[in-house]
Amino acid sequence: MDIKFLNCKTLFVLTIVFSVTLLMGCSSGKDKQGDSETVVTVDSLEIDQQLIQDVKAVKEIFYSLPSPLETAMILKQAGAKYNEELMNPTENVTNYVTNKSMALNLGIYTTDLSYASLFDQTQATINYMNAAKKMAEGLGILNAIDEEIIERLEANINNRDVIMDIISETIMNSSSFFEENDRQAMSTIVLVGGWIEGLYIATNLVGRDADLSNNELVNRIVDQKMTLNTVVSLLQENMDNEDVATVMTNVNELKAIFDKIEITTSKIEPVTDEETNVTTLKSKTSVSMSPKTYKELKEKVKVIRNNFTL
Amino acid sequence: MKKIYQILIVLTVLALLPFSGNSQCKSFAKKVCKSELMPYIHDGNYNAAILTEGEDAELYKTFYAGQNYRIFICGSDALPEIEFQVLDVNRNVLYDNRKANYSRLWDFKLESSQQLIISLRVKNSEGESEELVSGCVAIMFGIKESND
Repeated sequence: MDIKFLNCKTLFVLTIVFSVTLLMGCSSGKDKQGDSETVVTVDSLEIDQQLIQDVKAVKEIFYSLPSPLETAMILKQAGAKYNEELMNPTENVTNYVTNKSMALNLGIYTTDLSYASLFDQTQATINYMNAAKKMAEGLGILNAIDEEIIERLEANINNRDVIMDIISETIMNSSSFFEENDRQAMSTIVLVGGWIEGLYIATNLVGRDADLSNNELVNRIVDQKMTLNTVVSLLQENMDNEDVATVMTNVNELKAIFDKIEITTSKIEPVTDEETNVTTLKSKTSVSMSPKTYKELKEKVKVIRNNFTL
Repeated sequence: MKKIYQILIVLTVLALLPFSGNSQCKSFAKKVCKSELMPYIHDGNYNAAILTEGEDAELYKTFYAGQNYRIFICGSDALPEIEFQVLDVNRNVLYDNRKANYSRLWDFKLESSQQLIISLRVKNSEGESEELVSGCVAIMFGIKESND
């Protein structure tokens, strides 16, 4: 269309429509209290007093789930052992063709990757990085895991600190990509996939005869009741997305079981070590969970995880 | 016609500014903020936004027993001081950086896992300025294996 054939009025209307459309596409997708959607995006602006008041009413709320890297570290700290059979086979990558399945399995493979790297499983680390790369590429995440990252990983395969830094970087590349491109729903699904994988590995590493009241892995599994609240809040923010709504159905089934577990916590007392400047949050927690509930939980996690991976 | 082109350009630039701000925020978080977490490992999560003076934000997260954590509140140089508090679910204050000379980082560990709230507020600039300052603020978490 040649612009000179349009009359001025039409062009002006088109300009406004175009600009408004672009502006609408830029919403951050986070909760904002107050009636203003204003987000100031430059370091300094001259604006009127009314706008100042509107901006002041804005409040950003973040819900943060454990990243795949943190999940793997929690598992290891709780005494988990390495078991490759529990990980989603990398051969499955070709099965995932929808955005939902690729997002879920990006989270799942990244958790498996973190788990393998923490146990110094070099070949598995490379394989799972490649599997995560395929999922990221399928989702259109540009440069989240590029050839340079794979090469850096291979060159430092015996240096766990560097590997963990690389994994951390890839997670951040993915989450920031979704944020920047207004695809928070996909970001949420990735995190839920990684979180479920952590639960799946943990529940399968608890021995059949384990004392449920005195087992660190079980304690961390029970702790997920708290994280579940954050999972639900995060999903609720994106319920207009059909894929998120189906994931929410799975999460609600899990919540029904977690609701049977009672956790009570004493008042938290912060105590700071003057020498190290590290504060310990001292508190005691008591948990009430029947073996039947734990069994139900383990079964449900397995069903959901299989639903995500098969 | 020249005026219409000018309007078109100005509106397009305005419309694209948020994308530019977000990209700058990511770049800022990656290049400037991440290094401040050392020797802790960044968990990889990206929690960043453009905030304006006087504006506040909250983050909800579960922290686990057995892990060592570092919280780092990273704000661009243009911003005034950032106040931040760590609260329990009943909003009891566990840490307040105003009592620590507005320190942007806090190291802690937990005897039992807890859901905590990180509450932050960009202070207002001092003086009667017509300019409202905005900039990127990132809430970063570092984790470290415990030797306890």
